[in-house]
Amino acid sequence: MTAEDASDADRTPSDRADVCVVGAGPAGALVAHRLAERGRDVVVLEAGPRFEFENREERMERAIRPAHDELTVWDMGGERDRYTSSGEWYYPLNHARVKGVGGSTLHWQGMVMRHHRSDFDRRTQDGVAADWPIDYEDLRPYYGSAETEMGVAGASDNPFAPPREEPYPLPAFEPSYSDSLFAEACERLGVTMHTVPNARNSEGYDDRSACVGYGTCKPVCPSGAKYSADVHVEKAEAEGARVIDRAPVQRLVTDESGERVEAAVYATPDGVEHRQEAREVVLACGGVEIPRLLLLSESSAHPDGLANSSGAVGRYFMEHLFAGAGGVLDRETRQNHVGFLTSESHQFYDDPGQSTSGTDGGVPASDADLGPIKLEFLNYAGPSPVEMALHSDDWGDELLAQLRDSYGTHVAMGGLVGQLPRKENRITLDRSRTDDHGNPVPDIQWSIDARTRRTIERANEIQRSVLEELGATDVSVIGPDRTGPAYHHMGTTRMGTDPTESVVNPNLRTHDVRNLSIASSSVFVTSGAVNPTLTIAALALKCADHVDERL
Amino acid sequence: MELTRRDALAALSGAGIVVGGTASALRRNPISFEEQSTSLPSGEEVMETLVAVADLVYPSAISNVREFVVGYAGTRMAERAAYRSGVRDAVADLDSYTAVHFDAERFAGLDASDRSVLLDQLGVRTADPSPEGTITQRVRYYLVNELLYALYASPTGGELVGIENPQGHPGGPTSYRQGPPE
Ligand SMILES: Cc1cc2nc3c(=O)[nH]c(=O)nc-3n(C[C@H](O)[C@H](O)[C@H](O)COP(=O)(O)OP(=O)(O)OC[C@H]3O[C@@H](n4cnc5c(N)ncnc54)[C@H](O)[C@@H]3O)c2cc1C
Ligand code: SF4
Repeated sequence: MTAEDASDADRTPSDRADVCVVGAGPAGALVAHRLAERGRDVVVLEAGPRFEFENREERMERAIRPAHDELTVWDMGGERDRYTSSGEWYYPLNHARVKGVGGSTLHWQGMVMRHHRSDFDRRTQDGVAADWPIDYEDLRPYYGSAETEMGVAGASDNPFAPPREEPYPLPAFEPSYSDSLFAEACERLGVTMHTVPNARNSEGYDDRSACVGYGTCKPVCPSGAKYSADVHVEKAEAEGARVIDRAPVQRLVTDESGERVEAAVYATPDGVEHRQEAREVVLACGGVEIPRLLLLSESSAHPDGLANSSGAVGRYFMEHLFAGAGGVLDRETRQNHVGFLTSESHQFYDDPGQSTSGTDGGVPASDADLGPIKLEFLNYAGPSPVEMALHSDDWGDELLAQLRDSYGTHVAMGGLVGQLPRKENRITLDRSRTDDHGNPVPDIQWSIDARTRRTIERANEIQRSVLEELGATDVSVIGPDRTGPAYHHMGTTRMGTDPTESVVNPNLRTHDVRNLSIASSSVFVTSGAVNPTLTIAALALKCADHVDERL
Repeated sequence: MELTRRDALAALSGAGIVVGGTASALRRNPISFEEQSTSLPSGEEVMETLVAVADLVYPSAISNVREFVVGYAGTRMAERAAYRSGVRDAVADLDSYTAVHFDAERFAGLDASDRSVLLDQLGVRTADPSPEGTITQRVRYYLVNELLYALYASPTGGELVGIENPQGHPGGPTSYRQGPPE
């Protein structure tokens, strides 16, 4: 199954557009919907295709069955998606994104939480990195709207989360059976567990089905219970927005003054280039392609790339790193029924070094300089029987015995640690290689710092304490040497008030170009340790407000 | 444990073939191919081959294999053209191999131990499945893995292992909360 074909669609530019949005992931979809709702003429240009909803089960099957490369689930890879990873650590870019209507949320897991207050003042709090020019209160109303838009299932039982007034739009998913096993051990250690906000329907919401338990959320939810941004693309279209798929933007062109973008130049499958003019342009093509597109748009007025007088475009690339530990128990743990999480702990977020004490022991303190930690209790530890069966060299009764032996007693914890912004972690153009349109490909230069390593080790220490208390054996740990990225692309067009050090202002408009805004985690100043997309959605809604004001 | 028509339906709804269907959506008879061909196997022959492979790869604890396979694979062949031609070609190649190396016309005609020897000899056990690969890879993909997927993504197959809501099966949002059966 290749990408669905809509080759006869009209891909010529609109005569008159108030706003041109580049990218149809959650950021672009929300900006487009908000502005179309307010009567603005919106055109969205999306590099990838529209995927048919009906084909999702087939995509799910590809994800489960060996023989299909993971990248084929959402048709990623090939010349279109070429990249270079020349840094100290290899970065698997195409596993970390999806191109198409809905963007990377087609593949995502769907955990959505607000940044903590401290995330906005890392410099003030810890003396590292930098503060954001906005704070939690500025985003607070937008967080609420973003939760309503996405349909977040959650509960107000997280004592470490920032304050909120409104209940979540949907009730939280109840804790899993394995959560109840963890809860006993955590109580003895004084570790607090709480629910996880999920962009996933615990009940029917917004004409989408409730979760039916396919257990394959990442990389594909066949029922549509997991939120993905094609939802808001459709809503935007219903409000009159135009969405042109398979229309990768090649570069932005400014007027003579260099202070306004005149048009987005995009290519269509027939090999033709078009110009979409608009009064305002919003970049929402993700934390790697946004800096790349700015760098590709260099001109005599912007010799180092568009909106890059600060030199910060592409710099300060940040990721969240995974820290984990798992083992087996002497009893059944009921894993792999669903593909999402129902319990977390943010206890070590604002005070990662704290000791805890419970009814019988506790987690030891650490006096190291550490960043925030988010801890997760997994519902899919160990093997999935169906996947194991498809890989096995055994058949019949031997296979069944092997499956019974391997499945059933695993437990695991995960966690996220956010890395510090560093100038040398960056996206540049690799001018020696080109994509299917002859444009230089992005080069990711990536490595992690000592504080991030230490924080991963600290997360492992806490995880080990909990697993030991639980009586787990065969414990194995994913620490700083085995960690990998969580696929969150942050920091590459950072926000700030000083045009010599940042790319966009607190209203998300570029300092250098008057009608160009950015809606993305690329504007994050620091990474925090929570998954970024709720904050991306909140920023997108804020961005839409500012664009609307200017129009 | 008996494989039911509900299992076949469950495996198919997981695969998106039957949506919101009832057991009446399942095929009771092997499909007949529209274009008859003298060199390629008939619908009935493909089905016999699948049943003969299932006999090897399914555990002895389950019964009612034929009805399950006909219901599952038959419906899948009727609904999905790529599967229909892929499995038919794989069976044709498997039969040719049988004719050259064994004293029989067709794989389904061999007794159980010869079938097992043949698949081992062909390297199917350790093969990387591929829908476009060598005969070995295609036998693994269209026959062995197709059948294993149908079984272990169904509630009955899952239950044999201890998971009544296996991955790929929409078994509802409550089983993950329940503890093990007493
Ligand atoms: C496996 C995985 C799991 C994840 N889990 C979570 C999670 O649990 N919680 C969470 O908060 N986040 C998660 N994420 C991250 C989340 O998916 C992203 O943060 C989010 O999708 C970013 O939204 P976006 O709109 O900025 O970019 P994207 O969703 O990446 O969308 C960008 C769009 O722009 C298009 N585009 C790119 N270049 C161009 C161009 N030149 N012209 C036109 N269009 C272009 C792309 O094709 C794409 O469709 C996960 C990601 C992955 C890969
Ligand atoms: S378990 Fe995941 S994939 Fe299945 S319906 Fe629920 S959200 Fe979708």
